[in-house]
Amino acid sequence: MAVIKYFGAVAEITQCTEEHIEVKNETLSDILEHLFKKYELQQLPIHIALNANLVSIEAETAVANTDEIALLPPFAGG
Amino acid sequence: MIMNRYSRQINLPQVGISGQQKLTDAKVLVVGAGGLGCAVLPYLTSAGIGNIGIIDGDTVDETNLHRQTLYAEEDINLSKAKTAADHLKRNNSTVSIQTYEVFLNGKNALDIISKYDLVIDASDNLATRYLINDACVLLDKPFVHGSVHQFEGQVTVCNSQNGPTYRCLFPEANGNVQNCEEAGVLGTTVGIIGMLQANEAMKLILGIGELLSGKLLVYNSLTSLQHIFSFSKKQEPVIDNAFYAIKYLNSNVRNQSITEALQNGITLIDVRETGELPSVEHPNVLKLPLSALELNLDSLNPENTYAIFCQSGIRSKQAANILKQQQFKSIICITDGAEAISKLLKNEKSIH
Repeated sequence: MAVIKYFGAVAEITQCTEEHIEVKNETLSDILEHLFKKYELQQLPIHIALNANLVSIEAETAVANTDEIALLPPFAGG
Repeated sequence: MIMNRYSRQINLPQVGISGQQKLTDAKVLVVGAGGLGCAVLPYLTSAGIGNIGIIDGDTVDETNLHRQTLYAEEDINLSKAKTAADHLKRNNSTVSIQTYEVFLNGKNALDIISKYDLVIDASDNLATRYLINDACVLLDKPFVHGSVHQFEGQVTVCNSQNGPTYRCLFPEANGNVQNCEEAGVLGTTVGIIGMLQANEAMKLILGIGELLSGKLLVYNSLTSLQHIFSFSKKQEPVIDNAFYAIKYLNSNVRNQSITEALQNGITLIDVRETGELPSVEHPNVLKLPLSALELNLDSLNPENTYAIFCQSGIRSKQAANILKQQQFKSIICITDGAEAISKLLKNEKSIH
């Protein structure tokens, strides 16, 4: 199972800091599209890390069940 | 006597007399004397950073006291930059502290930042964070970014030795990002993040350890877990004089805090939708929801200056673009979102 980690305002909406999903042949953008729709995340500026590396969302990246995907919004407060 | 004062850090082989000299020679600008600034500043001062700049145009508010530990009850309504400096000088009279009782903006940023070697981004809104990034890139200065959302914080070192910048990490995107006023924050969380920033600053000045350059540290104070994400330098956008001028100087859209706008008596436009709370009733405020703005342009005069606000500062940007396209001469985006609204409400109370 791939691990999805949520941070900041994203975790507030998903109401959890991580979840596990079974990946078959979906690409990174397929998974993100599913999550954005499921949690209605379209209004947030979200950046994505795959296995702790920031990546472009547009890329057709393959995802394995051992991968870790992080949804990172910038924080503004101080 | 001075060396005695610093003997405990000089005793570290990684610091020594030469390290202390680096700290004495360092010039560090702290942008923002809020929660992060109040955590960063005492440690920079007590370590003997020779030249410290503090820039903040805000005054101390009662709601700051739970996390902005440099201020006392009697400091309410006083300048944060000046009050912080007075407090810090009591700890270390040997450091030179320059205060700027204004907000960092496109016009003053290059001049002020050019006087320093290192900038600490302890601001509280994304517009200022991108401004710090762009000015630092243009002037080739490193900066230490710190930011907080509720129980989480982010720290990274940007533009160090031509390393990745904040735009490489988070390209500017539309969307809703809350500040501390909206999201809430615990004093200890912002304190920890400020301390991590001060620690990166010390390492950078001393040239020791591994910097969080090209690395984003995300800390969660509820779980005590931290994650580090890597990011690399991007070629786009090219931040040069032209980019800076278009974004911050030539534009008829400017960013301003609500305090500045109120001082200047500018007409404010609330672009939140009808029914969004809290409702603001103020003689200087027009209510024109973003969704209906284009239909209501006739009620505005393109020759006048308007300051636009919303809940978080995102819709005000979209509204500003609409007015810009309609050739309005002077548009101000209020950067402090919901905080602007609460200050307006307070102002409203003082009027009645």
